[in-house]
Amino acid sequence: MSPKESNTETMSIFSPQLSARFDVLVAKYPVKRSALIPMLLYAQDEIGYLSDAVIAEVAERIGITQLDVRNVATYYSMLRFKPAGKFNIQVCTNISCMLRGAYELYERFQDELHIGHKGVTSDGVFSLEEVECIGVCCWAPAIQVNYAFHDELTPNDVPKIISEYKSKANGSVKNA
Amino acid sequence: MPRLVSHPDEVKIVTKRFGMGAANIDKYMELGGYESLKKCIAEGPEWVINEMKSSGLRGRGGAGFPTGLKWSFVPKQSAKPKYVLVNGDESEPGTCKDHLIFLHDPHAVIEGTMIAGLAIGAKTGFIYLRGEYRYLLEITEKAVADAYEKGILGKNVLGSDFEFNVITQSGAGAYEVGEESALMESLEGKRGVPRIKPPFPAVVGLYGGPTVINNAETIASVPHVISMGGAAYAAVGSERNGGTRLFGLSGHVERPGIYELPMGYNLKKMIYEVGGGVRGGRKLKAVVPGGSSTPVLLPEEIENLGMDFDQVGKAGSMLGSGGVVVIDDQTCMVEFALRTISFYAHESCGWCIPCREGTDWLKKSLTRFHAGFGTEKDIDNIQYLAENMMGRTFCPLGDAAAMPTIGFVKKFRKEFEDHLNGKPCPFAKHVELAVV
Repeated sequence: MSPKESNTETMSIFSPQLSARFDVLVAKYPVKRSALIPMLLYAQDEIGYLSDAVIAEVAERIGITQLDVRNVATYYSMLRFKPAGKFNIQVCTNISCMLRGAYELYERFQDELHIGHKGVTSDGVFSLEEVECIGVCCWAPAIQVNYAFHDELTPNDVPKIISEYKSKANGSVKNA
Repeated sequence: MPRLVSHPDEVKIVTKRFGMGAANIDKYMELGGYESLKKCIAEGPEWVINEMKSSGLRGRGGAGFPTGLKWSFVPKQSAKPKYVLVNGDESEPGTCKDHLIFLHDPHAVIEGTMIAGLAIGAKTGFIYLRGEYRYLLEITEKAVADAYEKGILGKNVLGSDFEFNVITQSGAGAYEVGEESALMESLEGKRGVPRIKPPFPAVVGLYGGPTVINNAETIASVPHVISMGGAAYAAVGSERNGGTRLFGLSGHVERPGIYELPMGYNLKKMIYEVGGGVRGGRKLKAVVPGGSSTPVLLPEEIENLGMDFDQVGKAGSMLGSGGVVVIDDQTCMVEFALRTISFYAHESCGWCIPCREGTDWLKKSLTRFHAGFGTEKDIDNIQYLAENMMGRTFCPLGDAAAMPTIGFVKKFRKEFEDHLNGKPCPFAKHVELAVV
């Protein structure tokens, strides 16, 4: 059986650009399901989280069951099943960052945003997460906002970072 | 943006193009890029493997296995396609060297992958980057596309009859996937749980085909080994440890950063001269020499310690990933041990019971201990539990969690005792840790 993606395009919940990207991805590897993990990540980037509809469509595009997709997706810490904020602030508190004040930084984010680990602000702009090592140890302490790194931070940098992203969020609302 | 640092003692081989715009293919070629590949195509696979063997290059991911020898294990004839798999799932706490390699010199990774492919008779190479490194994946994807456009990748590499293709892949957050068999599982679109060995990947690997898996730093070193010649590369390092290493100095050090130093470079000198000493003129309490899984060393143990796989091994620790974490005298080692084990408890994939249960119980015991509710017996229990995890799992994650824990208890028993009988931690700032 070789499932063809004849109908997925018209029924897709993804943008035409992402659909096109998925068509490339499923053809890129010697085995189709090698595309699964990147597809889930890119789908999450666009939709915000792995909703039932995302899982259903990805399963269909690859030709595996939804259960199989869930089984894989639950393994990876970057994949989520609930919406996060528009900007997901991930503060690394692992050893190299901890030694250079990561917990003070993380506390400051909690105080400024009034949310804790995996919390989302009421306007949906920010979410906060304490994460494991993000590979920026020599420039600690560091955070990732979505995919963007900010390194060599002090707690006093926190308000500036928040206002910088807040204005980005406002800008995108105006443009929309 | 990660800052580049430098020190006069550095020997710049892998880092020589850093900060020069070599992510651009024209710049890379202007700086001598893809010349090693040309040479390898002309000389043939056997010559390449011999050069690699004589270079003394050993796996930079942590295990330190000789690269040339690894390549020679791949069978010449195979019914299934052979593959090269580059491990850029850099996730060991204290390690960020590959971050700089992909940022500044992605073509060196591509060129190294192609040379490995030529040596083992593979037509396809995969470059796997951890999911968090999205911007580095984009840089690498651009580099791959440029290499195709220039006729470097594809059917007739540089006009020869050698064919090679590179496929990039993104992870999605998992330390365990840095283990080679879990990495193959992940690349096949599955949960990243380890496979039992044997068969080893060189015989049955990715999609069932013979596969060579190398760390990104190892692969990025390959073109330099070829251009210098194996013997010249070996001469840079110490005995049985060829070349240089990208050491990552982090923690309580005055000038943290990635420094490329010869293998065997003295650790004390690395901290005090290259790194400028302990931050704020404080006293050194301990050093984690090669990423969080390597047992901690005391100041007196680093006096004459050369940083290569054999010497650090003899000192009772491991060179690991080259991530040197410096710890000053104001640090609570119980808290440090707790933060370390919390990571492994979080990352254990759950496949093997000693690791899944062991990391969780170690975390629970250390959490209680650090909060001041420990008993004398807990100290021995922590050590006993950790010792019983060793060697009882499919992959080395169980050992990676147990080894540093045993080190902390053995070398800092007094600090554990100072937490007994409800006494508050003498250093504590953060009694509760939030990562669950």
